[in-house]
Amino acid sequence: MAVATPPIPLTKDEILRYSRHLILPEVSMEGQLKLKSAKVLMVGAGGLGAPLGLYLAASGVGRIGIVDFDVVDFTNLQRQVIHGTKDVGKKKLDSAAESMLDINPYMTVDKFDTAITSDNAFEIIKDYDIVVDGTDNFPTRYLINDACVLLKKPNVYGSIFRFEGQATIFAYPGGPCYRCLYPEPPPPGLVPSCAEGGVLGILPGTIGMIQATETVKLILGVGETLVGRLLLFDALAMRFRELKLRRNPECPVCGDHPSIHELIDYHQFCGVPNPAEVAAMSEKSAEKQAGFMSDTEIDAVALKARLDRGDKFQFIDVREPNEYQIASIPGAKLIPLGDVPKRVGELDPNTEVIVHCKMGGRSAKACDFLRQSGFKNVKNMLGGITAWSDKIDPSVPKY
Amino acid sequence: MAKVLIPTPLRQFADKHDSVDLAGATVAEVLASLTQKFPDLRKQLFNDEGKMRSFVNVYLNDDDIRYLKKDATPVAAGDTLSIVPSIAGGV
Repeated sequence: MAVATPPIPLTKDEILRYSRHLILPEVSMEGQLKLKSAKVLMVGAGGLGAPLGLYLAASGVGRIGIVDFDVVDFTNLQRQVIHGTKDVGKKKLDSAAESMLDINPYMTVDKFDTAITSDNAFEIIKDYDIVVDGTDNFPTRYLINDACVLLKKPNVYGSIFRFEGQATIFAYPGGPCYRCLYPEPPPPGLVPSCAEGGVLGILPGTIGMIQATETVKLILGVGETLVGRLLLFDALAMRFRELKLRRNPECPVCGDHPSIHELIDYHQFCGVPNPAEVAAMSEKSAEKQAGFMSDTEIDAVALKARLDRGDKFQFIDVREPNEYQIASIPGAKLIPLGDVPKRVGELDPNTEVIVHCKMGGRSAKACDFLRQSGFKNVKNMLGGITAWSDKIDPSVPKY
Repeated sequence: MAKVLIPTPLRQFADKHDSVDLAGATVAEVLASLTQKFPDLRKQLFNDEGKMRSFVNVYLNDDDIRYLKKDATPVAAGDTLSIVPSIAGGV
């Protein structure tokens, strides 16, 4: 892609720093100046953003914007190598910017301490040449896609799940977009998040580096980019495969007769609640007395009281066996969510059932299934074993 | 026989298999053999009207079947059919 190259010469220190680029004919002084005048927006400073930020900074990309509103926690450190143990509790934005500027003080980091939304996306993206999507949810991915198509900015895409990754470039002029590949998101809950499904720590490194490579190639205008190709990576098989992607002439956003001309409500599109509304709701539920119990839900405090009283109910843990090994609540019987349909016969539909998992998501699904199967009294434990650790027994490890 | 590659998110519905060799002259026939072998996959791949869900893509070798003959696309022995669902993880 063409990036205007204003004649800002490199300083002597920068020439030394970038010497291995400068002697590479495909980069040389011309390419290094293109990198220096390039403006790249990274959405997310997490697993994919970590290697991206470090290498794009080291490569000499002159201006990098980061959009992130999260705080570094201990569970991030297994893969988000831009943050260190000393950064736990700090804003990811600050921690990432510090690491990048430590590697390369000859660049600028713009910090956007916010979630990217339909209201701010155009304003944030418009001044950048390239967007790199390192987010972790479907609504944001469709939002970034549509904003990039409408603003004509290439979107360097990467996503990961357990041991598998996908990478490509969307919204490049004439090329396909995310909606050409996937017109619609999967129904909520079908694909577990990394927090529930786990992810190999190295995997976002591999995929993030592919995104970084493609970003640098777009800036330099060299090589064959991933436009029109979906790269699939399977870390367990250590196999890369490549599939052809085409622009769909009937695509609602980048097709020949687009029907989408502005950003929409992406949470509604993906059928998931808006995080702002969820936060408001959880604030409301925090106002509920500790010891909350309804016909369908029970919190950790009320559960503890009932266990202590020796109440009669069936207490089920629907996590996976490897999670059960890490930590468990005494008295809970393990039936992994996927096994619930075939083991439902082990439960009595006429006796109360209380279900828990790690955070309350999978157990809610199990509760729905049990109710549909004719169970009369089924309660979901709010917050799962994580809430148990927070409120009842801090010796139970969180993961 | 064609080789059908099953992606990680769907393996839980396919007895944890990552690939399976199945007979069928067209994509529709191979997928019918697949869901016959693993009935739990049917709901994941098809909607109530029996149409392929739009967040699941099927590739014959490296081509999207939407740009071939969709589920009537002929399958030859030795072909690879990949099921590629959308994933969104990144942090």
